[in-house]
Parts: sequence; structure tokens; C-alpha cells
Amino acid sequence: MIAVIKYNAGNIRSVAFALERLSIEFTVTDHPEEIQKADKVIFPGVGEASSTMKYLQDNKLDRVIKELKQPVLGICLGMQLLCSFSEENNTTCLGIFDQHVKLFKPVKKEKVPHMGWNSLTLTNGWIDIDVNEQYVYFVHSYYVPVNTNTSAITEYILPFSSAMKKDNFYAVQFHPEKSSTIGEKVLQSFLNKS
Amino acid sequence: MLTKRIIPCLDIKDGRTVKGINFVDIRDAGDPVELGAAYAAQGADELVFLDISATNENRKTFASLVKEIATHVNIPFTVGGGITSISDVAPLLEAGADKVSINSASVKDPDLIDDLAKAFGSQFVVLAIDARKVGNQWIVHTHGGTQPTDKKLFSWAKEGQSRGAGEILFTSMDHDGTRQGFAVDPLAKLHELLSIPVIASGGAGNMQHFLEAFIMGKADAALAASLFHFGELKISDLKKYLQNNGVPVRV
Repeated sequence: MIAVIKYNAGNIRSVAFALERLSIEFTVTDHPEEIQKADKVIFPGVGEASSTMKYLQDNKLDRVIKELKQPVLGICLGMQLLCSFSEENNTTCLGIFDQHVKLFKPVKKEKVPHMGWNSLTLTNGWIDIDVNEQYVYFVHSYYVPVNTNTSAITEYILPFSSAMKKDNFYAVQFHPEKSSTIGEKVLQSFLNKS
Repeated sequence: MLTKRIIPCLDIKDGRTVKGINFVDIRDAGDPVELGAAYAAQGADELVFLDISATNENRKTFASLVKEIATHVNIPFTVGGGITSISDVAPLLEAGADKVSINSASVKDPDLIDDLAKAFGSQFVVLAIDARKVGNQWIVHTHGGTQPTDKKLFSWAKEGQSRGAGEILFTSMDHDGTRQGFAVDPLAKLHELLSIPVIASGGAGNMQHFLEAFIMGKADAALAASLFHFGELKISDLKKYLQNNGVPVRV
């Protein structure tokens, strides 16, 4: 069973619909035990870092997530919260990835948030998509710099991490649940992990 | 590279698509879910669904339609039409909409923009502005472009941004329905003034018009309705044309 972590995030429903389209069985839950015993865990996220971290702490989900041993996928804010720190209201996050999440600073009138379809350059292989089908949908104002855990790079203002992996933790900055058939392949890539 | 977005707009009345005829590859062009999925498969980057029958009774129908759309469509979509309050919006987001567009109600009550942005985040809030040129001024109109207001396009767009709108959807009433091209000059000026994305709307008649909206109007996205619905222009052909002319698009 796949567990989708239930918390005050905006895209849980979209993630659920995407899993339904893939005919994947899942449960949306905030019960620590149910999350711990799931085969895989999806940690979605749309929202603001500090209030979301507080919610996770209040519900004791921060420790639960950190200690998971099965494959975990962080999406968007979910990926940022897996880092150690976010500039968004100076928030201490979960610390799986030893990275600081930074605010985009426009240099020539680029718009923030980075919103729309942008391309991926894969740098290590957990995402099984063809090199010529590379566009995915982004909505975010903060980014994770390119680092040793980076699995895909996207350019907007500067090159940033659009996907990462460390041990059993997988993460994407874009929204696979809104990224057409490519997004479905990205979700499937994660679901194929064991 | 961030690509320019092509957005088909579907008008919905009593749960059915208006104007959606002449589509060869789908069974029921009046079905917004099937039409939306067909556009997504053709390469549309986002969709907009406008409830043009927006009465209280129809609103419930619309929310259940939004849920159907969210279940079947795998790209982002915006819903709008007659939204006047947070309580109108919550069921739509609950049903799976990615963004809502607000128009007339925000002119009457600009705090609605702040309230929605605070409650759901700026990325959920698309401020739709209908304007037409009166003398030298672009005057904001409401109620489908029929009622002039005391607001001017540029100052209202700027105010919308500072109140928390995440995008501006600008329709030139002078161009809408003419098929003579988008209002390129005010689009370029909006781009200069704003730090949020601008969607061009009104006037699309051929592929070159989209190129002009992106190159000269500096628009981030372009929206059209009948041109796509009548099957006159295929999104895949439009995107190839734009790509051949140096506009970054998702193909």
C-alpha cells in the first residue's frame, strides 16, 4: 500500500487523482503507524514552509518522516522540507538533504514564482523518461541549489535541483501529478523502486 | 528553458461546453471533461473553464464537474465565472482546481484578491481583467465587458499584483472576437510594469497572432477559445510554428 501523507498541503487531492489515473491503490493518512507500515510514502506539498513544518511537528509527523526506511517521494514543498533549512521564513526543516532552500532572485525581469513548463536534464538515473520528453510543470518561488544528491537540473535564473535522491528519499521540485504523461512516468519511476 | 503556455478556454453552461463543435476526434464535444482531456492530449499547457451560467444552483453542478475534470485531466487548470467570495472558491479548490480566476467581483471588492491570496496562496489567484480603449485610456469593464468602471488597466493590474494576484489574464474587449490579433501594445506595457505572469486573451485569429503576443507583447501565455474549438487551429501545429520561429514551447 502507498501512503500519501495527509497534512495542510494544497495538492494532496491532485496527487490522489494522479494515482487513481495510474490505477494505484493508496491511502491518504496522518496516522504514524499507517505511514510507517506503508510500502512507499508520498509526501506532497503546496504551501508555506514554516507553518507546514509547525503542523508536522504538532502532529509528530516530522520524526515519523525522518525515520522512514521505505522509498519516500517528496513533491514541491515536500522536497524543500526534506532539506535542512529554508529561507522561507527561516525555517528549520527535516534535514534529509543537507541543503539550504533559497529564494529566487530575478536578474533580468524574470518572474517569481517560476510558473509553467520547463525542461529537465537528468543527471542520475532514478527517473525513467526519454531524453526527448522532458517538460514538466513547476510552481515555486524557492529552489534547492545543484548538489551531490541532484538527479535532474532545470534552468530558471540559474541551474537548480529539479529532482534529488539520497538513500530511500526521492524528491522532485515539479508537480508530476500535473505534468501530463511525463509526470505519470516520473510517478511510476518512483513507484517501481523498492 | 521556461516555455510559453498555450491555453484553450472552455465556456461552460449548465455543465456543458458552449461553442464546442466540429471536433473530429472526440465523441461528445459538449462534454467538458472529454474536451479538456482531448486538449491535454493535443499538447495544451493549461486549461481554463469558465462557468458562464454561474447561478447558485448551477454552482453545485460546476463543482462536481470540476471534480470530474480533476480526475481525468493531467495538466493544470483554472476555473472561474461569477466568483464573489472565499466560500465560492473553497469547494472548487476542494474539487481539485489548480487556480481560480476572479473578475467583476474583485473590481467591486478588491479585498477579495487579498483574502483569496491569504487563504489559498497567490499561485491560486488569477486576476482576469477585461478592458477596452476609451480615448487614450484602457478602461476596465465588468460583466462580460459591458459595464465601464472607474479603474484603468495598468494601475488596476499593478494593484492586483500588490494585493496578491499570482497572474493577470488580460482580455482586450476591442480585440475579442475580431480575430485580428492580440492587443500587443498594452501586453508589452503590462510586462514592463508587473513581476507576475501575464496571459494574453482576445483576438487570436491565426498562428502569427500568437507569435506577436509572445515576441512583441512579451506575454507568458496566450489564451483562445473558438479558434481551437472549431478545429481551425491545432495546438500541435501552433506549437511547431512557434518553435520554428524561436519561441520556447513544450512540444
